[in-house]
Amino acid sequence: MDKSKTIKLYKDMLLLRRFEEEAGRLYMEGAIRGFCHLYIGEEAVAVGSISCLSEQDYIITHYRDHGHALARGINPKSIMSELMGKSDGTSAGKGGSMHIFDVSKRFMGGHAIVGGQLPIACGLGFSSKYKKENSIVICFLGDGAVNEGEFHESMNLASLWKLPILFCLENNLYGMGTHVNKTRSSGENIYKIADSYKIPSIQIDGMDVLEVQKATQQSIDKIKSGQGPVFLEAMCYRFRGHSMADPSSYRNSQEVIEWQKKDPIIKFEKLLSSQNLIDPKKILEIKESVNSEISDCIEFAQNSPDPKIEALFENVYENE
Amino acid sequence: MKMSNLTLRESIKIGLTEALESDPNVFLMGEDIGDYNGAYAVTAGLLKKFGSNRIIDTPISESVILGTGIGAAATGLKPVIEIMTINFLLLAFDQLINHAAKLRYMSNGQIEVPLVLRTVTGGGAQLGATHSQSFEGWLASVPGLKVVCPSTPKDALGLFRTSMKQKDPVVFAEHALLYGVKGEVPDEYFEIPFGKGDIKRAGDSITIISYSGMVRTCMSASEILSKKFNVECEVIDLRTLRPLDFDIIIKSVKKTGHAIVVEEAWKTGGFGANISEAIQLEAFDYLDGPILRIASEDVPAPYNRKLEFGAIPSEQKIVEAIKQKFSI
Repeated sequence: MDKSKTIKLYKDMLLLRRFEEEAGRLYMEGAIRGFCHLYIGEEAVAVGSISCLSEQDYIITHYRDHGHALARGINPKSIMSELMGKSDGTSAGKGGSMHIFDVSKRFMGGHAIVGGQLPIACGLGFSSKYKKENSIVICFLGDGAVNEGEFHESMNLASLWKLPILFCLENNLYGMGTHVNKTRSSGENIYKIADSYKIPSIQIDGMDVLEVQKATQQSIDKIKSGQGPVFLEAMCYRFRGHSMADPSSYRNSQEVIEWQKKDPIIKFEKLLSSQNLIDPKKILEIKESVNSEISDCIEFAQNSPDPKIEALFENVYENE
Repeated sequence: MKMSNLTLRESIKIGLTEALESDPNVFLMGEDIGDYNGAYAVTAGLLKKFGSNRIIDTPISESVILGTGIGAAATGLKPVIEIMTINFLLLAFDQLINHAAKLRYMSNGQIEVPLVLRTVTGGGAQLGATHSQSFEGWLASVPGLKVVCPSTPKDALGLFRTSMKQKDPVVFAEHALLYGVKGEVPDEYFEIPFGKGDIKRAGDSITIISYSGMVRTCMSASEILSKKFNVECEVIDLRTLRPLDFDIIIKSVKKTGHAIVVEEAWKTGGFGANISEAIQLEAFDYLDGPILRIASEDVPAPYNRKLEFGAIPSEQKIVEAIKQKFSI
């Protein structure tokens, strides 16, 4: 295990966690409005998988997108500013929490219509192939998206044309507030659906960052060999509600407690400690550094001005 | 100027061919455009000429066809996506409205979607309720989209060339009944800008505003009115619904003092209502009577020929409406 890279995984997961905790707090204070979907609990999936990507690779995701954006290395100040609708945000306040973009990092968006990002992922993969780039696309989706027609159209096309796409399903068991058992004819093991499209698939523990990283790397190797897409199902859990507007009344607290025992950050911290890769002093140091980064980013976002009213009409079309 | 007499189908094919020849990033994608030669034969022979990497047959999956175009366009390619008819475009509305039209704005200009979406619009071919609709007007209400609806082979080619130069998604709606219609097309290269309507027939009695397939109907109604009743209609072809040429409409109405808007879409919520609103706002003092609207009846398109033609605006309906307006 490369020590510095391993510690970076830990630090990145902490950054996601602390960012989201503060986003939740700022939402309660009214500084963030609209819909705000927190990634708390699922950090291992974004951090583990995105750690395997090169700069050339594309990321496209759903509306629970802060974690993926942070894991990609997009400036937390820009993301927080976007959450607050400020002019220094990733889209200068026009996108909001669900629509984070940073094309310079090939981060092609948070997309807020369930399943809507999948057809576009096919286009990114198509483009990579058309231009003979050696890049791949990682497309995150939730378990809810699997029941959309766009999912099936995209799976078929990606397989048919051998597009270089890694479909990364974050199965957190609930499509908004409805359990997968109530919505899937084939039950919880969603990855098996890929069989019918002849896409190799695997189910992994999405609460284990190293397992996610390993499975992602193997998938990317397979994709880069030209065999077409791969489908990863990462079993995970969101510790908070669907959005900040959700009191989570549809699931019992025991279930939440059981999953919290598998907290990906605590679990990884224990592993690192047991292997002497990290000591309590280093942990404290990392936590303080993350806390201060988050404080800075909140201060930055709070001080960022609102967009000017003229911006309303800008970027509807070219040259506007 | 040297001219060729071409069908609208041929003129669009010329546009497609020159786009494919001039830019390796241009590719065509859609259902049955290759081996089958295109449902309306517009792309006939292109697969043979340009190969399957650039003339790409797809499954019948409108959402992913359009989404693939969006992703490709967002990364620097220049897709021309064919959705077999505008009725099937409903299956890709999420991609068109929620994604293609919004990515530039939501990303604050980081993403551009320079794709051209060709599709076939209109009724009149006894294809029944699900295959005879005209949705250009709906689409023109969506910020982020540009909507083109040519009525002649020349306009089709000139507007297609302009469409290919856009950095925004363009819906290029070709009327099914116009494919075989011939017209003079200059051999020399020309373009037709967006947002510029065209006076297809000059007159001073009344302004008829229309677009797409209905322009022909308006033209033949105008000939009848001229010959039989000495009414000289000025027929304005909007050519693009978004951007829209308000100036040409207002200027003409100020001259004639009368306006009638003719469209093939349903009357309720039709695009013509926007035009009527603009006219009454900008030229109210010049109007010598109410603005008329003729549109399809508010019914699903029936199959039976007599019933279908009862629903769609016809030259007789236009003639009658104008006669009544002038108490002829």
